[in-house]
Amino acid sequence: MNSMRELNKNADKDWIKQRIMMATLCILVVFVLLFLRLVYLQLIKGEEFRRLSETNCVRIKSIKQSRGLIFDRNKALLVDNRPSFDLVIVLEDAAPVPDTVSLLSSLIQAPYADLMDNIQKAGNTASYKPVILKKDISRDQLAVVEAHKFDLPGIQIEIEPTRHYIYPKTASHLLGYLGEVNRKELESGQYPHVKSGDSIGRYGVEKSFEPFLQGRRGGRQVEVDVNGRVVKVLKTVAPASGNDLHLTLDLSLQQVAEEMLSDKEGAVVAIDPSNGDVLVMASSPAFDQNDFIGGISSKKWGRLMDNPGHPMTNKAIQAEYPPASTYKTLTAIAALEEKVIDRHTTTFCPGYYVFGKRRYHCWSRYGHGKLSVEAAIAQSCDVFFYQAGEKVGVDALAQYARGCGLGRTTGIALAHERPGLIPTSSWKRRRFQERWHAGETLSISIGQGFNLVTPLQMAIFTAAVANGGTLYRPRIVKTITDTNGNVVKTIEPEITGGIPAGKDTLNIVKKGLLDVVQGDRGTARAIRIKGIEMAGKTGTAQVFSRKTGEKFDNETLAKKLQDHAWFVCYAPEQNPVIAISVIIEHGEHGSSAAAPVAGALVKKYLGLPEPETREETSEQG
Amino acid sequence: MFDRRLIEHFDWGFLAVILLVGACGLVILYSAVSAGWQGSGLHYLFEKQMIWMGAGLVVVLGILLIDFRELDKLNLVIYAVCVGLLVSIFFFGQAGGGSRRWLSLGVANIQPSELMKISLIISLSSLYATTVSPEGLNFRNLLKPAVLCMIPVALIVIQPDLGTGLLLLLIAGSITLFVKVEKKVVLTLGSILICIVPLVWFTGLKAYQKERILTFLDPGRDPLGTGYHIIQSKIAIGSGMITGKGFLQGTQNALSFLPEQHTDFILSVLAEEWGLAGCTVLLVLYFLLLLWGLNIAYNCRNMFGSILAFGITSMVFWQIFINVSMVMGLMPVVGVPLPLVSYGGSSVITNMMGFGILLNISMRKFSSA
Repeated sequence: MNSMRELNKNADKDWIKQRIMMATLCILVVFVLLFLRLVYLQLIKGEEFRRLSETNCVRIKSIKQSRGLIFDRNKALLVDNRPSFDLVIVLEDAAPVPDTVSLLSSLIQAPYADLMDNIQKAGNTASYKPVILKKDISRDQLAVVEAHKFDLPGIQIEIEPTRHYIYPKTASHLLGYLGEVNRKELESGQYPHVKSGDSIGRYGVEKSFEPFLQGRRGGRQVEVDVNGRVVKVLKTVAPASGNDLHLTLDLSLQQVAEEMLSDKEGAVVAIDPSNGDVLVMASSPAFDQNDFIGGISSKKWGRLMDNPGHPMTNKAIQAEYPPASTYKTLTAIAALEEKVIDRHTTTFCPGYYVFGKRRYHCWSRYGHGKLSVEAAIAQSCDVFFYQAGEKVGVDALAQYARGCGLGRTTGIALAHERPGLIPTSSWKRRRFQERWHAGETLSISIGQGFNLVTPLQMAIFTAAVANGGTLYRPRIVKTITDTNGNVVKTIEPEITGGIPAGKDTLNIVKKGLLDVVQGDRGTARAIRIKGIEMAGKTGTAQVFSRKTGEKFDNETLAKKLQDHAWFVCYAPEQNPVIAISVIIEHGEHGSSAAAPVAGALVKKYLGLPEPETREETSEQG
Repeated sequence: MFDRRLIEHFDWGFLAVILLVGACGLVILYSAVSAGWQGSGLHYLFEKQMIWMGAGLVVVLGILLIDFRELDKLNLVIYAVCVGLLVSIFFFGQAGGGSRRWLSLGVANIQPSELMKISLIISLSSLYATTVSPEGLNFRNLLKPAVLCMIPVALIVIQPDLGTGLLLLLIAGSITLFVKVEKKVVLTLGSILICIVPLVWFTGLKAYQKERILTFLDPGRDPLGTGYHIIQSKIAIGSGMITGKGFLQGTQNALSFLPEQHTDFILSVLAEEWGLAGCTVLLVLYFLLLLWGLNIAYNCRNMFGSILAFGITSMVFWQIFINVSMVMGLMPVVGVPLPLVSYGGSSVITNMMGFGILLNISMRKFSSA
C-alpha cells in the first residue's frame, strides 16, 4: 500500500492541498463569525451590559406553582395548599451577616446555629440569591420580623404555597405525603421542573400521580435598583399549577372505617363491585401527613418507626395474612367446578376428620352434623372443606386461587403492593426442598398454612363474587382535571380477569355467603341489618398453632398471640353496590371483631338509620 | 538511534504558539480563581493547573520520542485499551455530577472518554489512509469507521456524557468529510437523518426527555437555571467593552455571578477584564494554532500522518468553537472546556497529547516511508 502511495504522490499532493484549503476556509469563516459576535456584545451592546454589570442589578425571583388538589368522589376537598411564610436572606444585602442573623435568632427564638447551618448548606450560591433561613414560620414570628424590618437588612419574607392535608390522618396511606427531593433524583432527569429544596410525592397517590400533581415553577429575571426595588422585568415565565385528582374514595365512609379502627390495628378496604372503585382504604394505626411538610423531625420519625403497630405500613396492600375461613369460598368454587362435589353432596361432621394418623379438628368441637356445601359455608364447617380440598388437591386449588386474583398483585396504582402467597407442590419443593404432604392440603383448604393474602386482594375477590365473576383492577383516581376543570385524563375501569367458575357454581356459593349473615345458623348473623340482605364470610386466622385439645384462656394470652379477625362481605345481596374486606389484627373472632366494622360501613353507604346494636356474638368463624 | 535531523526539524514556532496560549490561559485562570480567595499564597486550583501544564509538557516530550508511524501499527491496540477503560468505568468508575466518567489511579483520576478522542482519531486515520480515493468513499468504505465510532460514542453517551459523545461524532465526521465521501452517499445519509429525527422525537422520547432537549436548545425556557447563566455570561462579556475593566477588576467575576467561571465559562472572565482587545488576541492565537496544525497536515508526506494531523486539529477546533459559542449565547450549554485555558487536568493532558502528536508529525515530515 505504501509503495502505491509513493507512486501517486503528486495526485495525493493535489488532493490534500484542495482539502486543506477547504478546511482553512471553514475555520476562517467560523472565526470571523465568532469575532463579529464579540463585536456585537462588546461594542454595540457594551454600554448596556456595562451598566447592568456595574449595578449588579439582575436578580432572579422564583415563582412557585401550586400543587394539584385532591378531591374525593363527591368533590369533597381532601388536600389543598396553604400559604407558608418562609424567612430568606440575601447575603449581599445582609452584611454583616453574623450580626443580622444573631438579632433575628433572638427575635424569633430560633437557635443561631440552625440558621447559620442553612446558610452553610446553601454553599457557594451567589451572594445576590436568596437563601432560605427558616421555612414556614408562625404568625407570631412573622409579626416580630415585620416589626423589626428595618433592623434586619437583607432579610425577606417569601410566601410560598405549601401542602395542607385537611383531614389529618384520614386516608393517610392512600393519599401519601411529600418529601424533599434528593440529589440523586434531581440528577436522574426524571423531574425536569423540580429544583433542589422542592418537595415531591414520596408515598401513596402523591407519589404515584406526581407527574400530574407537580405543575411547573415559574420565574422572573428582573433589574433592581440600589434599594432592591424592581425597575424592569427582563423576562417572565408564568408558573403552571398542577392538575387536580378526583379520587374514587368516599370521605364520609372512610371516616366511619377509621373511627371503627381507631383503637385497633388492621385494615379496611371497600370496593364498588361494578367497576373496582376503591371507596375506602384504611390502615390503622395511621400517621399525620402534615408532619412530613418541610421535613419530618427525627424525633417524630423515630416514634413512627418504633411504633409496634407499624403506622408507616399500608396494611391494606402491604400486609399479608392467612385468609383463614374467608378462603372457604374459594375452596367451594374449586370443588364445585372440579365436580368433586355438587349442590347436594353432603358430609357428616362429627367435630373432627381423621386423615392419616392425625385428627383434624373442626372449630366446633361438637360437630355440625350432616351438611351440604351451602350450609358448610354458612356455618364455616372445617370438616366439609378438609374433604373437599383434599379431593381437589393443592395444585388445582392454587390454579383457582390465581384465577381469582390471589397470589399476584392487583395492580393498584400505589407503590409497595405485596402479592401474597398461594402455595403449590412445586413451590414447596423449590422453597424447602421437601415434597408436599397431603395433610397440608387440608390446612390450606380452610385458609391456614402457607396461604397469604392482602386485604385488598380479598376485597377484589369478594367484589368479583358479588358482580358475577369479574375481577377489576382497583381504581383510586377517576379523573384528572386542570385548574379550569377541563378533563386532562380519565382513568377507565379495567378488567383484569374473571373467576374461573360458571354461573351455577357462583350462585351456590352466594347462597352460602348469604346464609352466613341472613341464615339462622350463620356465623355473622349478629350483624344482620334490617332491610338489607347482606352476604359475607367470617374468618379467624391463627397466629400460632394450638395443640389439639389444648385450651387457652384468651385473657391470659399475650395480645400479640391472639388470632386475627377477618370479615369479607357485599351488599345488598341482589344488586351489590359495595364489597368490603376487614382485618383486625389480634381481634380474635371474625364475627365479633371484624364483622361489625363492615356492618357500620354498609349502613352508612346505603344510608340507613342507625339501628339498635345487638351485643349477641356468635361462635368462632 | 535519535536522529540529529529530528532536532533540526523541530517546530519551535508551533511550540511557541502553544506555550503562548497556555500562558494566556494561566493569567485568565489566576483572575478567575483569585476573586474572593482568602487563603495565603496562590489559589490551590491555580497551583494544580500549573502542575497539570507541567505534566502536559512531559507528555509532549514523551510522545516526541516515538515515531508517530508506530501509532499506525498500534492503533487497534490503543483503541482496544481505551474501549476497555470505558467499559471498566461501569464497574470501578467514580460518580460525579450525575454520571460515571472517572477512573481512579490513586494519584489522579483519569477520564477515559478524553483518551478515547485521541485513540479514535488515530484509528480512523489509520483506516482512511488505506481507503482514500480521489472519487471519495462509498457506503462499503464507511461501514468499518461507523462501527469504530459508534462503540465508544455509545459507551460515553450512557455514562451519561452527551457533550463528549457529540464531540466524538463531530471529530469523526470532520475527518470523514476531510478524506472525501461520494456525493450520493452524503445526500443519502443526510436525507435519512432528516427522516429519523422527527420519528424519534414523536415516538421514542418521554415527555421529560423532550423537555430536557428543548431547554437545552432554548435556555430561555429555564430562566432560573441555564438561561440565567447565559444572561450573566453575556453581561460579563459585554461589560468588558473594548479594553476591559482591567486585570482582577471584573465585577461579574468577583461576585461569583457565574457558576464554573474557572472551567467552561472562563472566556467571560477574559472578556470582562481584557475586553475586545484581549479576546481578539486569544482568538488570533487559536487561529494561528489551527492553521499551523493544517499546515503540518499539508506538509506531511505520509497519508496517515496527514489525516492524523487534520484529526487532531479538528478536535481542538471543535472544542474552541463549541465553548466560545456557548459562552456568547450562540449555542446550547454543553460542558466542553476551552483548550489550555479552562481549568481541568484531563482536558490539559488530552490537548497536550494532541499537540505532542502534531509536533511529532511536523519534525518527521520528511521521512516518508
